[in-house]
Amino acid sequence: MNNRINQLFSQKQNNILSVYFTAGYPNLHDTVEIIQELEKNGADLIEIGIPFSDPTADGPTIQRSSEKALRNGMSLNLLFDQLKEIRQSVNIPLILMGYINPVYQYGIERFCKKCAEIGIDGTILPDLPPDEFNEFYKPYFQENNLHNILLITPQTTENRIRDIDEACSGFIYMVSSASTTGAGKKVEDFHRGYFEKVQNMQLKNPRIIGFGISDKATFTNACEFASGAIIGSAFVNILKDSTDLKNDIANFVKSIR
Amino acid sequence: MKYQVNEKGYYGEFGGAWIPEMMYTNIDLLKRRYLEIIEADDFKKEFDQLLKDYVGRPSPLYYASRLSDHYGTKIYLKREDLNHTGSHKINNTVGQILLAQKLGKTRIIAETGAGQHGVATATVCALKGLKCVVYMGALDVSRQAPNVKKMKMLGAEVVPVQSGNKTLKDATNEALRDWINNPVDTHYIIGSVVGPHPYPDMVARFQSVISKEMKSQLFEQTGSELPARVLACVGGGSNAAGAFYHFLDNEQVELIGVEAAGKGVDTDETAATLTVGSPGVLHAARTMLMQNADGQITEPYSISAGLDYPGIGPLHAHLHKTGRAKFLSANDEEVLKAALLLTQKEGIIPALESAHALAALDQLKMKPDDVNVINLSGSGNKDMETYLDYFGY
Repeated sequence: MNNRINQLFSQKQNNILSVYFTAGYPNLHDTVEIIQELEKNGADLIEIGIPFSDPTADGPTIQRSSEKALRNGMSLNLLFDQLKEIRQSVNIPLILMGYINPVYQYGIERFCKKCAEIGIDGTILPDLPPDEFNEFYKPYFQENNLHNILLITPQTTENRIRDIDEACSGFIYMVSSASTTGAGKKVEDFHRGYFEKVQNMQLKNPRIIGFGISDKATFTNACEFASGAIIGSAFVNILKDSTDLKNDIANFVKSIR
Repeated sequence: MKYQVNEKGYYGEFGGAWIPEMMYTNIDLLKRRYLEIIEADDFKKEFDQLLKDYVGRPSPLYYASRLSDHYGTKIYLKREDLNHTGSHKINNTVGQILLAQKLGKTRIIAETGAGQHGVATATVCALKGLKCVVYMGALDVSRQAPNVKKMKMLGAEVVPVQSGNKTLKDATNEALRDWINNPVDTHYIIGSVVGPHPYPDMVARFQSVISKEMKSQLFEQTGSELPARVLACVGGGSNAAGAFYHFLDNEQVELIGVEAAGKGVDTDETAATLTVGSPGVLHAARTMLMQNADGQITEPYSISAGLDYPGIGPLHAHLHKTGRAKFLSANDEEVLKAALLLTQKEGIIPALESAHALAALDQLKMKPDDVNVINLSGSGNKDMETYLDYFGY
């Protein structure tokens, strides 16, 4: 079976909009509606965040959303349950993103199988290092047609970018600058040199830029250097204050496009 | 050397460097360079000199005769409480500040629970003129107020952390986030044998001076460098790692770590990770953790801020798994009683953390001729308010 991430990149090479949100937030059972509304309004790719008690790579916005989601009662089991029938209504690629410990407790092999069963196309597990992934877990992902997306940062050396490109499939998640999520950097803070260097490396995987992408200006700027960009904290902030999800999600996506 | 870390950073199945890519460059740099730096002659010379003239080492090994009579055995106290800044934490911060300088770093960050590591870090930053930011859970800021003031007087910025339970785990999260946001000029001085490889090994090496001195002092005082057993409290486990280090391959020496039972290991209010925990990944290491079935870290509890941590260093998880060390736990009440006993038998007021090791004496069968060494990791000065409240003086 073809992976929806591959399909997306074969059809579209630029301005891909990927949106992240934390599952179980703002309310426990909003997950499916948020996914459906994002697709309906033109998001190309969705990253569903698995909340974790100790999100060390995240800034305040995603920390708060994770805390709230956990207080709401979210768990990986419940998330899989909520997503059970998602492929009856949603066609765009779906990615699960989260810290390794909840996945580790669920069982990494079991997690991969469950993702395949539901129709999840990829994972982003930032604290599962490429070495551990290659040595112990890669086959589980491959057997289940699941792309494990790896990160690079402005500090990643050229040799290591090549290694990561080798270990990675689907796309490379290019962290825009040295920061936790939602750092609120300005467009001019982006490392143009880093973006251009990577652009010229002829990597086998396409690239999507994330961290600090919050509005049309940062999105458009990032898209000059990659196939698309990811918006996380800025969208989570919209959800935080939302009294009308349908309307607020529509307006948000419209404001980016 | 069967209990040493392997080249991938593991002690048996525990350890590793489960870091996001944003931390890779710094961790890789440390991993490649820490041994070469800390084993170089000029480094060793400066480290030893500072430990001697600045920290006041060697710390005494004191035969506690009245406490020994009380228990009907021989008890020696390794007096880490007499170090500059009042605990063993300074051994590691002296080592790491020298390392940070070799790496060309100009800004230091640290996490702290009881404030001992924070004070020890702020101290060496003052000594070397480096900028210092200490993350401390907001709850700990209020229960360890004197240490907060000390850090400020030493010139450090103390950042109260409001997330989670507002204790050591949350302070560690925030320090890691700071490092991700400041990858170039900053070195993170982790205070315990936790975190990604090479921290557990590096911190254990800096703390290993404790057991190195114990051996020569025991030889001098008892005629043998090997005791029957060594006891130390364990939160993350840095003082225990230092106290055990040079005895790890002397299998006849019993090693006993004492965790904080809090209000009891059968209650929700405990920090006895090895008793109630299971394997998982926290703070970039695979180790034993307090967590629920969904892999969410549960909030620990202990009367002592320094042991109030839901994980444990991977070395200790391995020593536990292999049976090389035995791990007991002591609850808050037993700990307070043990602290009072030492105070009135020997005229030494221990830190609440160290009193856990003392409390374990009640659980052991010790022969009259057994030599028992307790690592008295810190002084009770910082805990006077807790003691005075409880005992009503």
